[in-house]
Amino acid sequence: MLTDDDLAAIWLTLRLATTVTILLLIIGTPLALWLANTRSLAKGPVSALVALPLVLPPTVIGFYLLMFMGPSGPIGQLTETLGLGTLPFTFWGLVVASVIYSLPFVVQPIRNAIEAQGARPSEVAATLRASLWDRFWSVTLPLAKPGILTASVLGFAHTVGEFGVVLMIGGNIPGETRVVSVQIYDHVEALEYAQAHWLSAVMVGFSFVVLLALYLLQQRKSALGTPYGI
Amino acid sequence: MRRSLWGIVMQRNMLVMKGLLALAVILAGSARADELTVAVASNFTAPMQELARQFEARSGHKLKLSFGSSGKFFAQISHGAPYHAFFSADQAKPAKLVELELADASSRFTYAEGKLALWSRKPELVDAEGEVLKRGEFRKLALANPKLAPYGAAAVEVLQHLQLEEQTRAHWVHGENISQTYQFVASGNADLGMVALSQILENRKVAEGSAWIVPAQLYNPIRQDAVVLKRGANAPALREFWTYIQSAEAKEIIRAYGYSTPPQDGNGRDNADR
Repeated sequence: MLTDDDLAAIWLTLRLATTVTILLLIIGTPLALWLANTRSLAKGPVSALVALPLVLPPTVIGFYLLMFMGPSGPIGQLTETLGLGTLPFTFWGLVVASVIYSLPFVVQPIRNAIEAQGARPSEVAATLRASLWDRFWSVTLPLAKPGILTASVLGFAHTVGEFGVVLMIGGNIPGETRVVSVQIYDHVEALEYAQAHWLSAVMVGFSFVVLLALYLLQQRKSALGTPYGI
Repeated sequence: MRRSLWGIVMQRNMLVMKGLLALAVILAGSARADELTVAVASNFTAPMQELARQFEARSGHKLKLSFGSSGKFFAQISHGAPYHAFFSADQAKPAKLVELELADASSRFTYAEGKLALWSRKPELVDAEGEVLKRGEFRKLALANPKLAPYGAAAVEVLQHLQLEEQTRAHWVHGENISQTYQFVASGNADLGMVALSQILENRKVAEGSAWIVPAQLYNPIRQDAVVLKRGANAPALREFWTYIQSAEAKEIIRAYGYSTPPQDGNGRDNADR
């Protein structure tokens, strides 16, 4: 069965994924809104940048983060001057890495949902003298709700499923950076296959339930005629 | 109609046959220079690369080297990975492979005894007595994962001997294997690390930063065994390699990287295949 270490890894993973999802919604929603509405020349490059983690191997992200967040890297020097120390081998280092790594999974569904609404609902609200702020909160955001839900689920699930980047910058510290995927890897490496099976089965079950919930939700919503997705 | 179709098929077949024949001729032509695939524990990377260069130059055979953690190699080999030989970071895994009848028992020998070093990239951080550990003037201390890597287990033994285990634990970061541990220190992300002496030596001197070569009485000897695997048992090229790797010349290279080379293997019998 699951050991205390396994449970600690599960708890840490849930904590990490929750933190990352909240941060991603805060960062990703305005970004998606901007990408959906802008005609700026920066639209193409920014879209490409946001999508980069989809194609880059985790090793590339892990390697650069280790270099940039280390004591001789620009981010590392910044965090040191701010008195925060360096980020590799810390929980917040993993948070930063996961936010970058899972960004496209959050931005894309929200962006699609906003683009699918078109400009009309917001314009109609404007004729009723709703301010920009008001329109965002009472028209655009509620209409984009299914997309935001998809984004949260995907962002959360993708962070739970992260491995390569964590292995490269985590340092395998119990309760701090030893997440479930790394714990499973450790079990396999140490030839503790029974333990690896238990944790892996938990992961398979969890992932299946999350994706099933997502698809059921999508079916229901698309029956209502709200197109969105990734 | 049917006949002509058959004719076409036959013609195709002939083409394929000719192609295969040509391929066979080419392969036969290169058969003299055999290719050997060898799995090597990552602490032994530098000396093995040099040994391979020497061996390739004199024998004309080709060595394909894979470096990684012994634990991963063990799992891969027990699931049929196609290596000819395995240089482990410990004695247990080669012994276990022999027991599983995946390796040749008579080929097993201790190729090196590893040494541990406390290393920092900063020139003056580590003193000649390793007092820096007691002073605690560091943020991160990198160790190989003690559960997986013999060098990690040895590092923990050292800290236990010095009664510093509890005091330093909060500063530990684990490398997946000794290479990643080295990389954590080399990139400056960890101030200090317990690495393999072989990783920091160049021309028998510590190449960069500062180091304390941990006295051997502070940890159990890290004896590293090699075995010929089932796939290599009948390869003549591997026999040549096994003779070379146990020669005085090869041992000289291994020692130059900070290892000692025991004259006899762990079981106290003479090295096999001599």
